Amino acid sequence: MSNQEIALMAHLMRRAGFGASRDELEARVEMGYEAVVVELLHPTDPQNLPDDVIRRYHTEQAEMRLADGAAAYWLYRMITTRCPLEEKLSLFWHSLFATGYNKLNQARSLINQIDMFRRHGLGSFPTLLVELSKDPAMIIWLDNNENHKDAINENYGRELLELFSLGIGNYTEDDVKECARAFTGWTLGNAEYMATRASRDSIWPYSRIAWFYEYREADHDDGEKTFLGHTGRLNGEDIVEIIVRQEATARFVCTRLFQFFTADQVDEEGEQVIGSMMRTYFDSNYEIRSVLSTLFNCDYFKSDKARFARVKGPVELVVGAVRLAGSYQAPTQGIEQVARQAMYMGQGLLQPPSVEGWHEGIEWVDSGALVERVNFVAHELANVENPGVRKIIDRLAGEGVLSPEDLVDRCLDLLGPMEVSEETRESLVEYVAHQGDLSLHGHQPGDAAEKRVGGLLSLACATKEFQLA
Amino acid sequence: MPANEKKPSLIVIQLIGANDPLNTVVPYSNGLYYDYRPIVNIPAEDVLPIDDDFGFTPHMGPIKDLWDRGNVALVNGIGYTAPVRSHFRSMDIWHTAEPEKIATEGWLGRAIRDLDPQGDNVLTGINFGRGLPRSLGCKGVPVASVGNLETYGLFPDLEDEQEKGYALEAFARMYGMSKDNDPVMDSLRQTGRDALKGADVLRTAPAKYSSTVEYAQNPFAQSMKNIAQVMFADLGTRIYYTSYGSFDTHGGELPTHAKLWQDVSGAVADCYSDLEEHGWQDDTMILIWTEFGRRIRDNGSGTDHGAGGLAMLIGGSVKGGMYGEYPSLEEAHQLDGDLRANNDFRSTYSTILERWLGLDAPSIVNGQFEHLEFIEK
Repeated sequence: MSNQEIALMAHLMRRAGFGASRDELEARVEMGYEAVVVELLHPTDPQNLPDDVIRRYHTEQAEMRLADGAAAYWLYRMITTRCPLEEKLSLFWHSLFATGYNKLNQARSLINQIDMFRRHGLGSFPTLLVELSKDPAMIIWLDNNENHKDAINENYGRELLELFSLGIGNYTEDDVKECARAFTGWTLGNAEYMATRASRDSIWPYSRIAWFYEYREADHDDGEKTFLGHTGRLNGEDIVEIIVRQEATARFVCTRLFQFFTADQVDEEGEQVIGSMMRTYFDSNYEIRSVLSTLFNCDYFKSDKARFARVKGPVELVVGAVRLAGSYQAPTQGIEQVARQAMYMGQGLLQPPSVEGWHEGIEWVDSGALVERVNFVAHELANVENPGVRKIIDRLAGEGVLSPEDLVDRCLDLLGPMEVSEETRESLVEYVAHQGDLSLHGHQPGDAAEKRVGGLLSLACATKEFQLA
Repeated sequence: MPANEKKPSLIVIQLIGANDPLNTVVPYSNGLYYDYRPIVNIPAEDVLPIDDDFGFTPHMGPIKDLWDRGNVALVNGIGYTAPVRSHFRSMDIWHTAEPEKIATEGWLGRAIRDLDPQGDNVLTGINFGRGLPRSLGCKGVPVASVGNLETYGLFPDLEDEQEKGYALEAFARMYGMSKDNDPVMDSLRQTGRDALKGADVLRTAPAKYSSTVEYAQNPFAQSMKNIAQVMFADLGTRIYYTSYGSFDTHGGELPTHAKLWQDVSGAVADCYSDLEEHGWQDDTMILIWTEFGRRIRDNGSGTDHGAGGLAMLIGGSVKGGMYGEYPSLEEAHQLDGDLRANNDFRSTYSTILERWLGLDAPSIVNGQFEHLEFIEK
């Protein structure tokens, strides 16, 4: 199998997942690119650690009332899943439909929302939007429980149009009001109980028990409405049907998917790819799976232009590094610390700063975040006891004495393959050259020769290039 | 550098989890306090009286001494109009100075941007602790977050100095000055150099520092010591941030609260002595805040989330005394069993921003707020 095939597969797995080890890449190249795309798009059994095993070791991940435990639980799933696109796409929807713990005080409801993304994230977009509108965490987050027949609250109606589908400029203020009217009565089954709780119970004002969705006909405004030129006694589902038919919605969703999976910046050719994705969106009756299939199979996605054209988000970076190092495969103490690392880098899972989600691209990396990124990944890869690092060492050990140049090239290859500038490569070579050639002959776990490899892997992941996916 | 050239700086201490104001500045002559707090109270004979009505909780001796010298301002009944009893939401409100909607820019982040609009000094604002509190978060504003000053920077795991030197050298070359003609790569280069520069400069601070003050070993005291070390190294830092807790004393409040205040009070007073020893006390103001107060009635072991809270300002330029009204405990004056706030926290923020840091407050705190008089002219 050629280096190009490995590099292309590594690219696909960085985007549709969180990266893959060389063993996995080789196995996937054997399967063939198209077949791998089909498999990724049809997740079956993620073979995650069973929840009961996780709970036995991590009591904070049982009730999941608090954000830390819940974030750690989701991180486990990302780290251990065999269906990486399922988790990566859920992360995408979480960034787009950004719902945050700070208002909810109930992380279980957020985990339920993420699970809804797993169930519907690859399917029909209108179904996803209807499910989102019924999602208890979203109802509280954007106040739809305060949206009543005789007193509308526009918050959800507005964000549904502005941030979740059409984008600003594609609807009027009247459309916002009519949209809000259509979603009156979409509320929580235990809303009154929660309101009482809020005034009486100052410890957990919103939630000690889980919420559930309820449609209240008596509180639904069943009158005639006009939304985007359509008139009728529209309900929430009707609004969603109208929204998804709009070209603006197709453009919005396809652009966001393109940016998340292909490139932060959309160039002219990128616009053409988005055009094909939009055609698929309509032809497939709004199916996200088909749209992503178009994307992953297009020439642009597979070309050099798309390689390393995205800045890794913190969660992506952390999960990728942990999967590479293989350091958390069983319920290990300290996983909450790993979730917190992403927060130190600017992305607290389940805690987006606002409904707009995170500012992505190069905005991820300020100087404080860069220090956290470099130090975390260095820590994972310098530890030569981590199974993933051992695998790299074992491969190198079979190659005899390595000159500094060879050692750098082999490590960069096994880390991705990573493509780096000549300047970066020279700096790495100079760093290794301080101790001359490397022989792993007769190496013992943790000996000086192995540590040199760990040191180089750490530094290779401290590069500018490693910050990109 | 002569003392009159120092620029005023601000140390912000966040008491995480909601400090109980009634057991901090105790209304020891008010019978209602003991009626509502049959168990979780500070006996009148134990308080450190500041007048006939109020006194500090006994573990605040060191702060009481500063009070006696006129260096402590207490802002009673601080909060905002419609209280939120969720820690996270309320902290966000204080962090972003925005009670009405979810905002993203921290008030101190904005202050740093206004203090250093070009971002010339990556150390204008520093957090001592991991991650960035939202107060300091503001896109495009570099803020260092220092977990441990001794090992701060890149590759803290590398214990071998020579090894670390090689790694840092390589990092510096990889993020060096050349151009990539790629905005993302150029931005990463700049960020990498900022990170190195910040770390290089910060690491000099502990070596330059000498003091007769001996701080306690708890993490909060160490953070206060780190703040003093950086301040005396004169790196141009204007805003220092750290936090301590948890003050969320639903159960077993008395011993927990006592220990917390022993730590905070001791470290703040030690830091103040350090400031005096180095001549920085008149150019430094300490703000201590918490997200809300606690319920008036105790729950038998602790206290639940409340509304109106307490903030403090400490410094050589602080005009000591009581500010804001101490909220009434009368049932008719309560707000759902809580102390009613009578002054907006953004009044305190505005006073600090305008009168201490010389900034335009309304654009930072989202509006005009009456100033308090806690700063000496």
